[in-house]
Order: sequence, then structure tokens, then C-alpha cells
Amino acid sequence: MATPNTPLWEVFIRSRNGLAHKHVGSLHATDATLALQAARDIYTRRGEGLSIWVVPSNAITASDPSEKGMMFEPAESKIYRHPTFYDVPDEVGHM
Amino acid sequence: MYTQALNTSDGDDRAVEDAARAAEFQARIDQDERIEPNDWMPAAYRKTLTRQISQHAHSEIVGMLPEGNWITRAPSLRRKAALLAKVQDECGHGLYLYAAAETLGTSREELVDAMLAGKAKYSSIFNYPTLTWADIGTIGWLVDGAAIMNQIPLCRCSYGPYARAMIRVCKEESFHQRQGFEIMVTLCRGTAEQKAMAQNALDRWWWPVLMMFGPPDQASQHGDTSTRWKIKRFSNDELRQKFVDATVPQAQFLGLTIPDPGMKQNENGNWEYSPIDWEEFKQVLAGNGPCNRDRLAARRKAHEEGAWVREAAMAYAEKRKSRQLAQAAE
Repeated sequence: MATPNTPLWEVFIRSRNGLAHKHVGSLHATDATLALQAARDIYTRRGEGLSIWVVPSNAITASDPSEKGMMFEPAESKIYRHPTFYDVPDEVGHM
Repeated sequence: MYTQALNTSDGDDRAVEDAARAAEFQARIDQDERIEPNDWMPAAYRKTLTRQISQHAHSEIVGMLPEGNWITRAPSLRRKAALLAKVQDECGHGLYLYAAAETLGTSREELVDAMLAGKAKYSSIFNYPTLTWADIGTIGWLVDGAAIMNQIPLCRCSYGPYARAMIRVCKEESFHQRQGFEIMVTLCRGTAEQKAMAQNALDRWWWPVLMMFGPPDQASQHGDTSTRWKIKRFSNDELRQKFVDATVPQAQFLGLTIPDPGMKQNENGNWEYSPIDWEEFKQVLAGNGPCNRDRLAARRKAHEEGAWVREAAMAYAEKRKSRQLAQAAE
């Protein structure tokens, strides 16, 4: 039981429907080859995907949730970035 | 996948924390926001969830044992393939859940060690033996049926990683219950001997399955906190009643008798059941069930016998890494 902890990997799967790889969970494996095999066994037992990415968890840099106010403020205040900000006369129809 | 009575929180070490942060946290929960791993959370929330999710994970892993017992003796190749797939699913469920528990800051190794040391609990139901093939049908039908009742509300639990793991688990769980019920239908339509075997299995599993939902509401002292934190959305007794009401018609369809002569339907349509023997539940949780020692011994043996594989994989990864470093240095 004294063995060191096995590295953690994040698993991303691209499903059949053509969407981008999506995070599905994580797993432990000693190297990338074993991580891919484990990802197949753990996350695609029912044909959930056509492609798998595994990424060492410690390679991910994440934003700080406690600073999300400041981080995302620029997007909150710019309503002119949305199409509904602009008036188009009704007689023009759908645009 | 199986949960039970895992919804108790710690009353003793609820440290006095920053009141403003705690209020903000509760406000987020009240607005049905999900709590994510790096968010601030009260220490008791973290501890309650770590225990609940890891016990849930241990239950999945230990739950492989009673069913694994019948893989080599399944009556047909179809049944064998299905049972093998089900047991593999349980393993997968255990791994999703360990991953969710780890996001709270305790490593899987530590969680597993706590279970092997007998310090962490798992669902009491897996301390009962699987004596006949009908037990495999009954486990799928009732144990997985009870687990589904418990787990569907957990898909909306306030902790994001747990809720997401439960969504995956619930999707896979319905196959488990249906394969179990199909085994029961086949036995009940078979010879008198086969039907008696199905009845015998129901007789043995009924009460332990009702205990899976945990102690009655009056006896559950910590339910309030878990409810306030939206970890738990229904009380033990509510879920138990829902399960009984769903199961009685299924037993009638099979032509089996639920081993509770006092059971009757009230004016609301709910099936009232006789008092549960909570002393038995307490004994099984305390380690004195029919199979507690066997289960732990089997888990320890598997862990020890797998040690060389873990070590070899680690050594291989280290060797490759140092070789790559040496090549890069040339």
C-alpha cells in the first residue's frame, strides 16, 4: 500500500454526432497508453464515442472560480454584441 | 449501483466558519446552483460528501462480489454475457464515483485503504450471500430497483461532479434491473421447482432490500443538513414507500408472495408494510452480517494480488520517462 499515487488524467470523448470532444470524467493510469485503454473501458462501453483524448490533469490551467466576477465582467456589459440589440423594421422580416 | 443510509452528516466537527461565506454558499444552493470542486464549501459539506460518495464507490466495488459468484455458473451463454457486462458496469460505476470523490481532496488510494482497513462502510446489502441463480434475478430486480429509486434524485445533487457521475450511472442502471426481472419472469414461468427457487430468493432478499434505504426518518438525526445542502432530496421513508409501491404490482405479475403477511394497501393506494427489524440492519453494519468477513477478505486479497501489476506499470512508466529524458539530453 506504500506505492505512490497513480497519475490522474482527464478524459474527452467525441461522440458520433460530429460535436467537439467533450469532457466526460477522469481516471488514474501510469502512462498515456494505459490511460487511453482505461478510458475506452470506463467511458465507452456503449458506443459513446469515436475518438478519445486523455490529458494529464496537472497539465490543465483553470480559471479561479472566486475571480469569476472580474474574469467574465467584460462579457456581461456589452449587450451590443448580441443580435437582439439591433432594431430591424418588422416589414424586413426574418434576418 | 447502490446507495443507502449514506446521507448522514457530521454533527461533531462543524467548525465555526466564516459566516458570510457560509451564507453565500447556502444562497447558491438555494438558487439551485451547482457547487464545483474549486469553489469554497463548508468543511462539513466536504466531509459529508467525501464519505457519502466514497461509500457509494465502495458499494459498487464490493457489489461485484455476490454477482461475480455466478458468472461461471450462469445457465446460458446469453445470461453469462449479460451478467458479465453488468458486473463490469458496477466496476465502472465505482470508478466514476471514486473520481468524483477525489475532486473533494482525498486520493483514491486513501479512500480504498480506508475501505480495506474496515474503516469505511459500504452498502449492507452486499453482506448477504447469493445462494442460487434466482438470487441474481432478485438482485437485479430489487437491489438495482432500490438503487435506482435512491439514485435518480442524486442526479440533481448540489455537488456537480457527483451529480454528473450519477447521470451516467442511472443511464446504465436500467439495463441491470430489466435483466434481473427477465430472469425472474423466466423462473416464474418455468417448473414448480424453478418458481419455488424464485420465491425463496424473494423471501431472503425482501427485508434486507427495504433496509437499503436506511434508518426510519425519526431515527435519522442528520437528514436535515443534507436536505438543506440539497445532497438529499427525499427522506429514507419516502423513497422506501415509493419503492414498495412500485414493487408490489411487479411481484403480483410474477405470481410471487412478498414475505410480509401484514402488508396491506391503504386508502391512498400506498402499500403499508410491517415494521422492519432494525437490529438486523445494525448488526450487518457493525460487521456481523452473513458475509462481511468474506467480502473484506476478498477485496484485500484482490488488492494484494494486484500490487505487482500496479508496481510494474509504474516502473515501466518511470523507465520510459527517464529514457526519453536521456535521449533528449543527447
